[in-house]
Amino acid sequence: MSILLNKDSRLVIQGMTGKEGLFHAEQMIEYGSQVVAGVTPGKAGQEVLGVPIFNTVAEAVATTKANVSVIFVPAMMAADAACEAAEAGVKLVVVITEHIPVMDMIRVKPFLKAHQTDMIGPNCPGIISPGQCKAGIMPGYIHKQGSIGIISRSGTLTYEVVDQITKAGMGQSTCIGIGGDPIIGLHFIDLLKLFAEDKDTEAVCLIGEIGGDAEEKAAAYITNSRYPKPVFGFIAGLTAPPGKRMGHAGAIISGSKGRAGDKIAAMEAAGIHVVKTLGQFGQQVAETLKSRS
Amino acid sequence: MNVHEYQAKNLFKEYHIPVPQGGLATTAREARSVADSLTGPVWVVKAQIHAGGRGKGGGVKVVHSAAEAEAAASKILGMILVTPQTGPQGKQVHKVWIEQGTDISRELYLAVVLDRSAGCLAVMASPAGGMDIEEVAVQTPERIFTTHVIPGEPLWPFQARKLLFGCGLDPKQVLSGAALIQNLVRLAWEKEATLVEINPLALTIDGRLLALDGKINFDESALKRHNEIAALEDPSETDLLERQAVDMGLNYIRLSGNVGTMVNGAGLAMATMDVIKQAGAEPANFLDVGGGASEEMVTKGFEVILSDPNVKAILINIFGGILRCDTLASGVVAAAKKVNLKVPLVVRLEGTNVEDGRRILGESGLHFEVAGSLSEAAAKIALVTGGVS
Repeated sequence: MSILLNKDSRLVIQGMTGKEGLFHAEQMIEYGSQVVAGVTPGKAGQEVLGVPIFNTVAEAVATTKANVSVIFVPAMMAADAACEAAEAGVKLVVVITEHIPVMDMIRVKPFLKAHQTDMIGPNCPGIISPGQCKAGIMPGYIHKQGSIGIISRSGTLTYEVVDQITKAGMGQSTCIGIGGDPIIGLHFIDLLKLFAEDKDTEAVCLIGEIGGDAEEKAAAYITNSRYPKPVFGFIAGLTAPPGKRMGHAGAIISGSKGRAGDKIAAMEAAGIHVVKTLGQFGQQVAETLKSRS
Repeated sequence: MNVHEYQAKNLFKEYHIPVPQGGLATTAREARSVADSLTGPVWVVKAQIHAGGRGKGGGVKVVHSAAEAEAAASKILGMILVTPQTGPQGKQVHKVWIEQGTDISRELYLAVVLDRSAGCLAVMASPAGGMDIEEVAVQTPERIFTTHVIPGEPLWPFQARKLLFGCGLDPKQVLSGAALIQNLVRLAWEKEATLVEINPLALTIDGRLLALDGKINFDESALKRHNEIAALEDPSETDLLERQAVDMGLNYIRLSGNVGTMVNGAGLAMATMDVIKQAGAEPANFLDVGGGASEEMVTKGFEVILSDPNVKAILINIFGGILRCDTLASGVVAAAKKVNLKVPLVVRLEGTNVEDGRRILGESGLHFEVAGSLSEAAAKIALVTGGVS
């Protein structure tokens, strides 16, 4: 099984007639995802890769019963696209686009919440439930259907971890790249909750990095909820010089300096198995799970 | 994107946030005539660089005549100013801002900042102005007052009043201060800034509030719709190599070690730097060529890495996802030949068609070390740079 995405998911691709949208739509179809519609305002009536294109998400949903949107729309229009999908009743919006203005996302969040729509991203590789459906830009072939859930703030770093898990003889239930932007949709905790309830997920991996306080919050949640499954963690940026991007006032608001050491300490205090050397991730997960059973 | 204090103050003026009268100078003579045009008897000459703590480094001088202003400016202009925020190499000063001195009764702290976890802007105020606010947050967190801005809406006056009463202002000052805070929020929202900070916000002897300093950080993703803000960028503020990298679409940060790195994706790039350090070597840079790394980007990456004379070896770590490893390997070979690579190169490739990729590297006739895993790559790098592995 999986969370959020499964073999019955019906994808609409917003921005499907663009270069990126077209390329990745094809990859998703090849992987076996049900891509049922594309949306590009002004291009209705066309068919691309055998998929009908609509002017609006509402028409696409009415005609094809699409229930997941994957957004490749350019940065300055992407927030608008996410709200359009929510208003059309799409319950999961996956925003691949990077460089979306922060103030746009500040407006998107309450709009989506009012429509009870979940968002993954922006600036993320998307979500995949191996063997069932891929809604994103990750290379499908490195994944294998299995019982490890993966939540990550990074793109290629996730691929590295997934690859190691697969090579260590295990597989994944669902892998989600939550995105690296300051304001994102679903956070670590939202997804940890879903994985806790998914009976086919045996363990969860949290792939974090320096900056912000998402990892510390996830660690606190794991402690407070007495999280029922083993959790593995990794933090990138142990040796990075003090962040250039974070204004110090931002760090105060979050109550965290965003340093790798603090994150690792918080995770270990919560009983998370923190892997220190990236090259040994898959092996360490395999050995730990084996010794438990 | 950061701007200078004088640029922040010009924006404050535009938003009816009071600032001291002042003017910009690039020569000592200009500084004198700016001082002449302002009423005395005290003036402040301030170095304009993108870093805080300028006073501690000798970049801020209080003067008592136009002649003194000229003398102070001639000392400050051209100097390499070292502050706690510039790093030991410091920054050269090209401009000074001369303004009227202010009779200060109290100093407050005020900022509008992006709250990542709440997903909105927040306003912070503190009676402990003029200090390092991080210190205040650690030592006396009860002296920081915070309120959140409803997305897309102006700040309610009561929110601003609450902050100012918290800072201990009297009712008359609170009313004028509330308008100032509302204007600051409007500035942040309209100009799309993720940080607008006034530290200190002075309460003058005669009861006025004045922004004595200004720091603004604009959202780079939004600059396309703010030409007036994009025009404020000062290219001399970025490291030359970093600037070249940005022009080429690369995400590069120069560091002090001797192992150049080239990785696709920021998270993996950071993790690769960690692996290098764990193996006993020091990374010379952070370089993210983007999730999809093309031959062109790899060539550009080589050029940027090699223009740093400290680089003694290079580690390339690419997780070829959608991009196939054979394509990438051909790119690395072509790029290495083009830039006439002389330092040892360790390549770690993973992903689609990795066997073909490794074969292309092996048959290139170039001196590559090919690593099968991340751990192996780090060990090889440590060996060639003489670190312990």
